[in-house]
Amino acid sequence: MASLKEMRNRIGSVKSTQKITKALNMVAAAKLKRAQDQAESARPYARKMAAVIANLAAGVSGDGAPKLLAGTGRDHKHLIVVATGDKGLAGGFNTNVIRAARERINALIAEGKDVRIVAVGRKVRDGLSRLYGDRLIRTFEMSEHKTVGLPAAEPVAQLIAEEFEAGNADVVTLFYSRFQSVIAQVPTAKQLIPAVVDGDAPPIDLNGAVYEYEPSEEEILDTLLPRNVTTQILAAMYENQASFFGAQMGAMDNATRNAGDLIQSLTLQYNRKRQAQITTELIEIIAGAEAL
Amino acid sequence: MAGKLNFSLVSPEREVFSGLVDQVDAPGVEGDFGVLADHAPFMTALKEGTVTVIDGGTRRRFEVHGGFADVTPAGLTILAERAEELAES
Repeated sequence: MASLKEMRNRIGSVKSTQKITKALNMVAAAKLKRAQDQAESARPYARKMAAVIANLAAGVSGDGAPKLLAGTGRDHKHLIVVATGDKGLAGGFNTNVIRAARERINALIAEGKDVRIVAVGRKVRDGLSRLYGDRLIRTFEMSEHKTVGLPAAEPVAQLIAEEFEAGNADVVTLFYSRFQSVIAQVPTAKQLIPAVVDGDAPPIDLNGAVYEYEPSEEEILDTLLPRNVTTQILAAMYENQASFFGAQMGAMDNATRNAGDLIQSLTLQYNRKRQAQITTELIEIIAGAEAL
Repeated sequence: MAGKLNFSLVSPEREVFSGLVDQVDAPGVEGDFGVLADHAPFMTALKEGTVTVIDGGTRRRFEVHGGFADVTPAGLTILAERAEELAES
């Protein structure tokens, strides 16, 4: 049985851990608001982009369609882009995305497909490199950039474009964590190439007029589609950021509560023990007095 | 007098401008153009340059970098990779 002093130390250490988790919880809550705003303000761009592409895609289906939209016609080589964070201490945030990606990767390998992986975030590398060491072609670290933004998304998009141009990828899929609410972050897979035309995008009503394009439809699509890849990656990064803080808030809230429970039960034990000791001492004193 | 033009300028990071205006001038790859309300549907790539928003007597200027303008009966949307308002000169 631990001595009173040992128990005191134990309670002290749990208390300081609780202080840390409580502080992290509050920091995450403050940052979440900002990340959420950012994710939301990035949505109009992505939505309009999707609407424009859907509109254009309807006009150029067939042989003339750009490869980014129509694909290469094969689906043998898969490039899986997994985006999470660099940091832990956020409950299941990283592991959930990685697990979803791993399931897909295993299924594809079982089908005999050629799978390669791009990791965005250090945690992905940690989680996947042991299993798929030689398939992991590159790791991007988010901490290289102070904030999430275009400078963070562009190199990833560029690598994807290069791999696609070089014929190393037929299908590119992005895994990230969609921010649904503070308590729900959903691991999501999104196909980047061939571009998925969003069926939900409202068709633009032209009142019978004919669209004019400057330059031609194909040229616009050719520049628009690579940008769409960048936009999707950026949007995923924003969603990830918000998800991360949401998950961290939840995890730290739990940890703080657990620490509270632990402190309570330890304090109870400690007090019982202290009283038992006092009682023993009193009995000894009384017994000693009676003996005189 | 024709109605107002519903104009929005969005960048991946945020919606830079949104509202009803009289006229928007933008730098298309095949020449600068101006859009008033009820313009024919039309889409163009933009080159680097300045987008001028005219509403009543006020003019606001935005520097845009790489983007598209999409004119539909619903209004004008400019998607720009980077967009920043220029200080009043």
